[in-house]
Amino acid sequence: MYPAQFDYKRATSVEEALALLTEADDVKFIAGGHSLIPMMKLRLAQPEMVVDIARIDALRGITEEGDGVRIGALTTHAEIAASSVLHEHCGLIAEAAAEIGDTQVRNRGTIGGNIAHADPGSDLPAALIAAGATVHLQSASSTRTVAAADFFLDLLTTDLSHDELVVAVTIPSLGRSTGCAYLKFEHPASGYAVVGAAAWVKMENRQCSGAGLAINGVTATPFNGNEIAQSLVSTDASDDRIAAAVESVQPEDPMADVFASADYRAHLARVFAKRALVSARDRAV
Amino acid sequence: MGITIELEVNGQPVKREVEARTLLVHFLREDLNLTGTNVGCETSVCGACTVHVDGKAIKSCTQLAVQCDGAKVTTIEGLASNGELHPMQSAFWEEHGLQCGYCTPGMIMAATHLLDNNPSPTEAQIREGLKGNLCRCTGYQNIIKAVQTAAGAEG
Amino acid sequence: MSPVNSVLGSPIKRREDPALITGKGKYTDDLKVFGMLSAVMVRSPFAHARIKSIDTAAAQAMPGVIAVYTAADAEAAGMPGLVPVGWLLDTLKTPPHPMLASEKVNHVGDAVAVVVAEDRYVARDAADAVLVDYEPLSACTNPKDAISDGQAQIHDEAPSNIAFDWEIGDQAKTAAAFAAAAETVRCDLRNQRLIPHAIEPRAVLADWNEATGEMTIHLTTQNPHVHRLLMCLSSIGLPEHKVRVIAPEVGGGFGSKIHHYADETIIAMCSKLCGRPVKWAATRTETNQTDAHGRDHVTSAELALDQDGKILGLRVSTYANMGAYLSTFAPAVPTYLYGTLLSGQYDIPAIYGHVVGAFTNTSPVDAYRGAGRPEATFLVERLMHLAGEATGLGPVEIRKRNFLTPDQFPFETQVALTYDSGNYGPAMDRALEMLGYEQLLADQEQRRQSPNGKQIGIGFSAYIEACGLAPSAVVGSLGAQAGQWESAELRVHPTGSVTVYTGSSSTGQGHKTSFSQIVADRLQLDVSQVEVIQGDTDLVQFGMGSYGSRSGAVGGSAIARSTDKILDKAKLIAGHLLEAAPEDLDFKDGSFCVRGSADHSVAWGDVALQAYLAHNYPENLEPGLVASAFYDPENFTYPFGTHICVVEIDPETGTTELLRYVAVDDVGNVINPMIVDGQIHGGLAQGIGQALWEGAHYDEDGQLLTSSLLDYAVPKMHNLIDFELDRTVTPCPHNPLGVKGVGEAGAIASPPAVVNAVMDALAPWKIQHLDMPLTSEKVWAAVHSQ
Repeated sequence: MYPAQFDYKRATSVEEALALLTEADDVKFIAGGHSLIPMMKLRLAQPEMVVDIARIDALRGITEEGDGVRIGALTTHAEIAASSVLHEHCGLIAEAAAEIGDTQVRNRGTIGGNIAHADPGSDLPAALIAAGATVHLQSASSTRTVAAADFFLDLLTTDLSHDELVVAVTIPSLGRSTGCAYLKFEHPASGYAVVGAAAWVKMENRQCSGAGLAINGVTATPFNGNEIAQSLVSTDASDDRIAAAVESVQPEDPMADVFASADYRAHLARVFAKRALVSARDRAV
Repeated sequence: MGITIELEVNGQPVKREVEARTLLVHFLREDLNLTGTNVGCETSVCGACTVHVDGKAIKSCTQLAVQCDGAKVTTIEGLASNGELHPMQSAFWEEHGLQCGYCTPGMIMAATHLLDNNPSPTEAQIREGLKGNLCRCTGYQNIIKAVQTAAGAEG
Repeated sequence: MSPVNSVLGSPIKRREDPALITGKGKYTDDLKVFGMLSAVMVRSPFAHARIKSIDTAAAQAMPGVIAVYTAADAEAAGMPGLVPVGWLLDTLKTPPHPMLASEKVNHVGDAVAVVVAEDRYVARDAADAVLVDYEPLSACTNPKDAISDGQAQIHDEAPSNIAFDWEIGDQAKTAAAFAAAAETVRCDLRNQRLIPHAIEPRAVLADWNEATGEMTIHLTTQNPHVHRLLMCLSSIGLPEHKVRVIAPEVGGGFGSKIHHYADETIIAMCSKLCGRPVKWAATRTETNQTDAHGRDHVTSAELALDQDGKILGLRVSTYANMGAYLSTFAPAVPTYLYGTLLSGQYDIPAIYGHVVGAFTNTSPVDAYRGAGRPEATFLVERLMHLAGEATGLGPVEIRKRNFLTPDQFPFETQVALTYDSGNYGPAMDRALEMLGYEQLLADQEQRRQSPNGKQIGIGFSAYIEACGLAPSAVVGSLGAQAGQWESAELRVHPTGSVTVYTGSSSTGQGHKTSFSQIVADRLQLDVSQVEVIQGDTDLVQFGMGSYGSRSGAVGGSAIARSTDKILDKAKLIAGHLLEAAPEDLDFKDGSFCVRGSADHSVAWGDVALQAYLAHNYPENLEPGLVASAFYDPENFTYPFGTHICVVEIDPETGTTELLRYVAVDDVGNVINPMIVDGQIHGGLAQGIGQALWEGAHYDEDGQLLTSSLLDYAVPKMHNLIDFELDRTVTPCPHNPLGVKGVGEAGAIASPPAVVNAVMDALAPWKIQHLDMPLTSEKVWAAVHSQ
C-alpha cells in the first residue's frame, strides 16, 4: 500500500521526457498511473525515478488522420470509449475501452500506459490487433512504428525499448458496412478479461469483404486470429461458417489460474470468438 | 526531497510539501485530515477511496498527490453546500443505502459522477457504472434505489 | 401493548447516517492522537517454517524508525503475549498461540516482528529491511489430509494435527434408521473457505499512560468488553480496570471483528515500550492473510427416508479446518453452532454428527456470518434437494412432508435444541406464490427441449437459524468461557430525555436507530429524545457485543427490561405526586394518569425532574431515575424462512446468471423493517457470493492465492439482482420484544438455494453435486464430461 521512495520529475515535452530517461538507471514514465502505481504499492515495482508525462499536451487527444484515427498516448479509456470519431471509424476500440476496469479506472488510465504494461487480461490489445492498429514510438534519436500485432512480445513485455516512449496509436478506418464486437468473459474478482474477443466484420452485398479477430486473456500475448477471420472473406459469413472458422482458434500454451484452466480458456476463446464474429456480422448490416 | 504542490480541495486553496510517493488518499487523510475518504484495498478494486479530480471520479489510492498539483479535488466533505446535503447524500439516507458506512463516501462520489454523465440511468447502467465500488453490507439493492431517488430529485 | 402507530415497527431513517454520508464518521484509522507513531508488521511469507534468526539492526538504523520489536520484547513489556481461545471442548487441544512467533511460523501472515516509525511509509520501508532467516517446512492445508500420516506436524500438543474429535446425536439409533430405510441419498461436499472482507480493514490505536498505568485501545471490534477480557486474561498483562477498549465507527465485521487477534496486543506492547500512542491498520493483503476465515469443511452427509419420503435419519461426518491456531470462538463453530442445526425445519427422528477439527498451515478459521449454521443448512438443504429427486416428490413436497408442524412446538430436536416457535408451511407457500412456480416449471420444461440452449434451474432452501446463543448456564456447560447475556443501562435525565448504554456494539446494523425505537416506544418519547451509547468499556458497564444475530433479541431485550424497571420506579414517583397507588396508574401519551381519571395526571418530564429534585418524593426511595438490566435469555430464538433462487445456465460456457431471488423470512416481530430488509439483502449478497464466486485458495505450499481483491471475488453491483422479499411473523415467545434476529439469515439460507437452482438446471445431465463456488468452469466441465 505504501510505495518505496523515488525521484519525481515532470516533463512538459516528449523531448524533455526522453532526456530524463538517462538520469537514473530505472526510470518509469507515469501518465494515469493505473498500471504503475498498483505495482509500486505492492512494491513489485520500485523505480528510482518516475517521470510524469501527463502534462505533455502533444500526446493527448483523438484526431482523424488520413484514412484513420490517431489516439495520443495520454488519451484516457473514458475518452476513447466516448469518442464519436472512433465510433465512426473503428468502434471496436471504443467498445473495448469501455470494458476496461471500472468508471474510475477509465477516467484515469491511458492507452499508452495500458499497452506499454501489456497485461494479458487487458482489453485494448486484442482490439488493436484485430483493427490493424500501429503503435508509434519515439526515442531521443528516432521515431518508429510497430504493428500492434508485433508489439506484444510476452507477458508484461513489449517491443518498447528502455529509451522509448509510446506517443500514439493509429487505427485504420474500418469503413462503412462494418460491424464490431468486443465480448468479454470477465474475471469475477479483478474484472480483467479471462477471455476477451475483439472482432469486426465488413459485409457488402451479403458477402463478407473484410474481417478481423484477436483475443485477450487466453495466452501471454493476445491471440491473433486475423487470418482466421479473413477466411470468412468472400463467404456469406453464416453462423455455420463462423463456427467452422473458429475451430482454428487453437491458442498455444494457454494460461491457467485458480479461476480458469488452460483447456477451459482455450474453449472459451473459441466460443467468444464465434459470438463476437456473429455479433459483429449482425451489426454490419 | 519534499515537493510543493498547490491544489484546490473542496473549494479551498491548499499548498503543501509532500513526498513524491505519497498517495493522494494519504495526502487527503493524513495531511489535510479529510478522513471521509477511506482505504479498503490496495489493488484499486474497492472504490472506498473515490474522490473527484477535475470533476471526474477517480480512485485516490491509485494516484500520487504530486500528480494532482494544480487540480481541483472534491471529497465527500466537500459535497454538501451551505449546510444542505447533496441530493445523493439525502437519497442514501432516505433509502437506507448504507449500513457500516465505510464504503459510503466513495460510493456517493462515484454515484454523483455517474449522474453527472447520465442523469437518468437504468438499473443496469447503475449496476455497471458503480461496479468499481464494493459494499459488503447492503447487497447494493438500496444503493441502487438511492441513486434512482437522487436521479429523480435532480431530474 | 404498543400503540398502533408505534415507532416500533416503523421504517424510520437511521440516526447513524448523517455522520456517515458526510464523511464525518470516525473509524479507528481516522483517529489521530498527539505524538502518534505508526506500526507495520513483519509477517511470515511461509506457511510453515522454523525461524533461525531475526536481524532487526538494519531496520532499526533507518531514519524515522523508533523501534523494531520481536517476541523477546514482550517479556520486557510485561506481556504474556498469548492469544487465548474462549471456547473449550472435552477433547480440545489448545497449543499456545504467541502473538509474535519466535521459533516457528505456522501460516502465511504469522507475525514475527513489528516496526514502529514516524509514519507508515517509513515503517513499511523498515519492515522490508528486517531480515528473517527461515527454514521452510512442508505444509498442509486440507483438514482431511492434515490428520493422516506423513503430514506436516504443526503443534507438539496436537498429535496428528487433531484439534478435537466431537460428536452429537445418537449413533446407534441413526444406524438403525439407515438399516430400515427405503431410500438413502448422500452428498460428499466441501463447504469452502471464505474470507469475510469487511470493507474496513482491522486497525488498532493503543495509547499507554505510564503515569496512570492505563492503556486505551481504539479497536475495530464487535465486542469491546470481550476483547478487553480476553486481553487481560491472557495477552496484555494488565488488569481489566486499567484497560479501556473503544470501538469507534466500525466498518463491517461479519464475525471477523469478534476475535482477539495478536495485532491488538502487539500494538499495545509497542505503545508501552515506546511511551507514545501507536496506530496500525491492516492492508487488504494483511486482512486476507490474518483475519479469521470462515467455513472450510470437508463433509459426507447421508439422509435415510421411508417409502413415503419421510425422513428416518441423518448422518454427517465432517473434517473442520481450524487453521494454524484456535481463534477466539473457533471450537464452537463447527460443533455447537453446526451439529445442533442439523435438524433444519424437519422432524428427523435420528441424527448423528461426527466432527474432527484439524490444524493446518492456514489462517485460523472462526465465526463468519452464520458460523456453523450455514454449513449445517447447506448440507441439509442439499440432501433435501437430492431426496426430492430420488423420491420423485420434488423439492416442495419432500420438504412439506417433513416440516415440523405448528402443534409440535416447542420442539426438542435430536441435536440438543428446543425450537421455540415456528410455522414453516406459510413461509414456503408465500415464496411459491411470489415466484409463480407453475409458470417457471413450464418454462423450464420448454427450455429442456433444446438441450444445447440455456437452461433454467429453480432452487429451494428452507432454513432455520438459531440466534442469540443462550442461556449462559447452558453455553457454559457446552464450553463457552463467557456468559451469553446482554446488559443495558438507561439513564433518564432530569429533563426527561434518555441515554441508553448498551453492551451490544454495532458494526453497521443500526443499533442507535433500532434501540432508540425500543426506548421511544416504551417510554412514549420521540426517538430524538433518546441517545444510544455503545462500544466503550469505560462507559458501558459490561457487554457481550454483537454477533450471532443477537443484538435485537438479547441486547434489545435487555433495553426493554431496563425500561420496565424505569417505568416501575417512575410510577412510584408519579403515584406519590398524584397521591395514588402506583398500580392504579396508566402510562399514556407521555403521562402517568390515575386509571379512570384522565385529567388527574403528571407528565413524564415532571416525574423525571422530581426524581432528581427529590423535593416532593416518596419516603425510602432513592433519588435518580436510572436502571440497568442483564438479560439472560431462556433459549435461542429460531428465525426461519424459505428462499427460492432461479438461475439460467449457459451450457456452452458454464456461466450462471441469477434471474430471480425470492426470500420469505420470519424473524419474529420487527423493530425497523427497513433495517431488517437491509440485513437480509446483505446476507443474501454474501451467501450468493459463496455459492457462485467466493473462495480462499491455498496452494500445496500453503501460499494464499487469494490475498487480494484481484483474486478473491467479493460480489460487485453488476453481479447481483434485485431481491424480492417478504415476511411472515411468528413472534419469539420468550423475550419481551418477540423478536428473533436477522443478521445472518440471508447468508445461511442462500448458498443452498443457489446451488440447488444450478443443480436443478443441470438435472438433464444427471450431475449429483458440484462444490461451491460454482464457477463457470466447474459447471462447463461437469456438463462436458457427460
